[in-house]
Amino acid sequence: MTTTSAAPEMTRSSAATTFINVGERTNVTGSAKFRKLIEAGDYQAALAIARQQVEAGAMIIDVNMDEGLLDSEKAMTTFLNLVASEPDISKVPVMIDSSKWSVIEAGLKCVQGKPIVNSISMKEGEGPFLAQAKKILRYGAAVVVMAFDEEGQADTIARKVSICERAYKLLTEKVGFPPEDIIFDPNIFAVATGIEEHNGYGIAFIEAARQIKERMPLVHISGGVSNLSFAFRGNEPVREAMHAVFLYHAIRAGMDMGIVNAGQLALYDDIPAELRELCEDVVLNRRPDATDRLLEAAPRFKGDGAKKVEKDLKWRDATVEDRLTHSLVHGITDFIEADTEEARLKADKPLSVIEGPLMAGMNVVGDLFGAGKMFLPQVVKSARVMKQAVAYLQPYLEAEKRASGATEMPPKGKIVMATVKGDVHDIGKNIVGVVLQCNNYEVIDLGVMVPAAKILETARKERADVIGLSGLITPSLDEMCFVAGEMEREGFNCPLLIGGATTSRVHTAVKINPNYSAGQAVYVLDASRAVGVVSNLLSETERDGFIASTRAEYAKVRETHLANEARKQRITLVQARANKYAIDWANYQPPKPSFMGPRVYERYDLASLVPFIDWTPFFQTWELAGRYPQILKDNKVGAEAQKLFNDAQAILKKAIDGKWITASGVVGFWPANSVGDDIELYTGEPRAAKLATLHTLRQQMARDPSRDRAHTALADFIAPKETGLKDYIGGFAVTAGIGEEAALDAHFAKTDDYGRIIFKALCDRFAEAFAEAMHTKVRRELWGYARDERLSNEDLVLEKYRGIRPAPGYPAQPDHTEKKTLWRLMDVRHTVGIELTESFAMWPGASVSGLYFAHPESHYFGVGKIERDQVEDYAQRKGWTVAETERWLAPVLNYDAKGDPAKVA
Amino acid sequence: MTRKPTYAALEKAARERILIIDGAMGTMIQRHKLGEAEYRGARFKDWPRDVKGNNDLLVLTQPQIIQGIHEEYLAAGADIIETNSFNAQRISMADYGMEDLAYEMNVQAAKVARAAADKFNALTPDKPRFVAGAVGPTNRTASISPNVNDPGFRNVDFDELREAYKEQVKGLIEGGADIILIETIFDTLNAKAAGFATLEVFEETDVELPIMISGTITDRSGRTLSGQTAEAFWYSMRHLKPFSIGLNCALGAELMRPYLAELSHVADTRISAYPNAGLPNAMGEYDESGHEMACKTEPWARDGLINIIGGCCGSTPDHIRHIAEHVKTYPPRTIPHIEPKMRLSGLEPFVHG
Repeated sequence: MTTTSAAPEMTRSSAATTFINVGERTNVTGSAKFRKLIEAGDYQAALAIARQQVEAGAMIIDVNMDEGLLDSEKAMTTFLNLVASEPDISKVPVMIDSSKWSVIEAGLKCVQGKPIVNSISMKEGEGPFLAQAKKILRYGAAVVVMAFDEEGQADTIARKVSICERAYKLLTEKVGFPPEDIIFDPNIFAVATGIEEHNGYGIAFIEAARQIKERMPLVHISGGVSNLSFAFRGNEPVREAMHAVFLYHAIRAGMDMGIVNAGQLALYDDIPAELRELCEDVVLNRRPDATDRLLEAAPRFKGDGAKKVEKDLKWRDATVEDRLTHSLVHGITDFIEADTEEARLKADKPLSVIEGPLMAGMNVVGDLFGAGKMFLPQVVKSARVMKQAVAYLQPYLEAEKRASGATEMPPKGKIVMATVKGDVHDIGKNIVGVVLQCNNYEVIDLGVMVPAAKILETARKERADVIGLSGLITPSLDEMCFVAGEMEREGFNCPLLIGGATTSRVHTAVKINPNYSAGQAVYVLDASRAVGVVSNLLSETERDGFIASTRAEYAKVRETHLANEARKQRITLVQARANKYAIDWANYQPPKPSFMGPRVYERYDLASLVPFIDWTPFFQTWELAGRYPQILKDNKVGAEAQKLFNDAQAILKKAIDGKWITASGVVGFWPANSVGDDIELYTGEPRAAKLATLHTLRQQMARDPSRDRAHTALADFIAPKETGLKDYIGGFAVTAGIGEEAALDAHFAKTDDYGRIIFKALCDRFAEAFAEAMHTKVRRELWGYARDERLSNEDLVLEKYRGIRPAPGYPAQPDHTEKKTLWRLMDVRHTVGIELTESFAMWPGASVSGLYFAHPESHYFGVGKIERDQVEDYAQRKGWTVAETERWLAPVLNYDAKGDPAKVA
Repeated sequence: MTRKPTYAALEKAARERILIIDGAMGTMIQRHKLGEAEYRGARFKDWPRDVKGNNDLLVLTQPQIIQGIHEEYLAAGADIIETNSFNAQRISMADYGMEDLAYEMNVQAAKVARAAADKFNALTPDKPRFVAGAVGPTNRTASISPNVNDPGFRNVDFDELREAYKEQVKGLIEGGADIILIETIFDTLNAKAAGFATLEVFEETDVELPIMISGTITDRSGRTLSGQTAEAFWYSMRHLKPFSIGLNCALGAELMRPYLAELSHVADTRISAYPNAGLPNAMGEYDESGHEMACKTEPWARDGLINIIGGCCGSTPDHIRHIAEHVKTYPPRTIPHIEPKMRLSGLEPFVHG
């Protein structure tokens, strides 16, 4: 975790040492560009300079706003507050640089980290010096102390050392300042100015540094290096050479910090020998004519100075095998076809290119991924490179096959994968597919909404070694049980992999596996586990052991689960209703929405949704754990997260500019009152004619009676009919998935899984953002009960607003079929174009729907498991049989339903 | 500056054993099912705004309930009890229009806890009990803009925080607190303002109390809400020379461990930890029993990671009793010697050399 500063390259020839490199570009006195930006108030561009410095290796950034025309305190505060919101800058400490104490103090009030103050001195005497030091300590900062006293700046060795010693004594003895947090700046002055007494300034600093470090070993020595070469303004190569030579000697003497331009440091060893010697003569004051000699030679070394950073293409010099591996590991497609061609010409047959160098490269990728050194987005990029190479070879492979009738390389195993019937979510499944393909498994992906019969038929025809099922919504859990039962019935015995957001080890062990005694169902937590599981399952040697241990593990999970269930007490529905969430209706006046019935919002402006995007789940899709935006700076996955984010931003922009997808939605409001656990919607006032009934489920978990917790149902948040209050309910359905499929085909190559998955995940994010944006609009405008609401995005994510928007099928109302009522009320299918599948999943998948509740006490909760008494009651209210009800509510039943659908099927 | 006499007693106790700090106050207050009328009491019956939920007010209106909770925790084995003053500064109290009651609340919060602690001190003088004046994060953040479109904007600044905290700390000391506990730190800049204020009060009143500091790592990213890693957070707070540094809230014991270990590794002071009773379930309730929680925290004591332990959200006297029972046989963590180096921080730590 600790960032230990490494010796920078310019000390390559010196003994191992450490040197802190302070970025100097965010300094209005040192950088005209930065000054102009600050003067113009262009803080965004100013931030970019700070970011570049950190990227270029500055370990600390120096911030200086000392410019006569600026309100320096304000500029310091504004800039540091902005830096605080940029994790890629604020990850490093700040050096608050000013000659004015008020500016320093303004800066100290803005940083949460431990900064460095630059600088204070005894220029005004001991009094102010001590007062400032005490405050700095109290603010929690380290300090740079200039070798400056009442008589002026120290220029000789003796004065430099004695002032620093005096300051040290005051700081450590009177203020209690930790010695290791003191940094002395013994003043670097210009040399080679033509004035003879200036000639010793370089060596004076170096020698003073040595003595200070000897006497006060814990302190640090710093200095502004660019002063040294002031006489050579305009001749950058000579200036850089002087700096490099000076640092080389000063660092050996004990200088361990410097304000330097990290991107522009020459290497001591790279300086031409002649120039180096001339510079050393000047810096070390080795001969009386040193200045003249350097002045005379300087024009010869004047070049264009600034070094250019070129893309490092050294890897292109390696063998073709190594180049292919490099491209695969780094996800580079630029050279892949040329390199594949070269490898093909070298190989005896095209297939050998795949079996040989390409597979070798993918094995490296697999190993790195397994070792946690590569992350999912990189692996998917590798797959893109691999697919491109294979696509390139395809015609040759065909030709070869025709010519010789040779058989293809047998893959390690064949996996048939599908998102089960009724479900449309497939991003996770696609990622698993890519990862398996990278590991030389053949994957037959049947797509989404695949019926059991088709899965089994394909598996039989293809002689699949493994079947993989995926799903996201709760009814898919049942469908998976059903598929497992069908496999048993049809005599399959190959392993069955289970994955997807609502699946779990417990569900797999308790519900799915018992339906499939001939084979083994295995839960796969995420894509990174998929390869391990599959290779175990298909390995001659590991297979039996793995299955036996999984079986034993699941038996235990089942036992524990059953024991837990038996212990989990539920109360009766009657008891639960008696303890419903009690709202004080007598003192509540329900707000009236601005319109009744549905209203459609077509072609909603995509760009306006971008600020509502919650990026954290986007990274979760890619198995990168962490909260946005901090994740971008994460020590482990930060770099990859940033790349992924950049790629996503590029696609996002194209999708918006090119109008790849359309966002449409519908919102409706209706007069409503609760009747028991149901919510009645009326056609209008007076509330005579019922328009529809929404059903809700009530919590039944037994609770610690001493805790004040109700047994809540959503109906509790709507005024009961008997109150006579005119309450209302809202509903919505939004999608950002219209055009998604067409855009995938139009803008992404079939081989580009990486781009395709990003785009699909973005569509999902857009849908969620749309729902959030719409809810905001509802609160502030359409229902208008929170017109003055002012919330940050963070607060939005934390749901710190009044009212809720629960979705049917999720914890507050686990019954997906309630969507049907919403669809009817708002004619969602025709107005917005979202269809419901037989499991009540929404198609396109990038859609969100739900109800709106406005009461300030309405809140999210989970119904949890329910008892048979509620199931029977609910069946009656919905007009279903008990068996039907048990099927739809299977995931929340607190008992084993006799009519377990998977068993009856 | 003179140290408050209980400073030495606390140091002595901490040398001898792992100290137990109490559990959640809010969970316990909820059990009393107080309504608006009880929150108001007689004194605030005509207060123009609703005050239900203003738990800090209860030291003025229902002090016997708060003292009763303190006593339950003391009976469960707590060495340190936290005053009921988490939000009792004028910034948070503005929500209720009660800014001007902040000072009084702190004095009373400390007095109520003091009374409970003294009662137990009289019973068992060989086991001294301490009152920690609880200083919470306020409801604003000095490092984060409340407006995404204006990242440079702040709705509170260092000086406002410092003034509010000064008033709070003064009140706590006045009421008899033995310790100043700056806790549940989401934003280190807020905590730095609290620390600054505390040192100012010490100087002005010429008394020094031990300072305990407890940050909050919000999730598995291992960062505070304001983005710092645990190690960077320590470097930001170390200048206060705290009696202890540690973590509380947000995480249950299982998820807290790695960050606690990180702190324990770098901090040359005592380590405190008071996690939540697990993670909230889908209903927002904490299910972890006292026994379960104690089993999860015991390894920290066994592995020498902690000096002070207790509970945060969802914990009850029962949790504290179990935790105390489980750690009593283990010695406290030995404070490591950390090599003196310049240790700075941004969001991430930076160690020179």
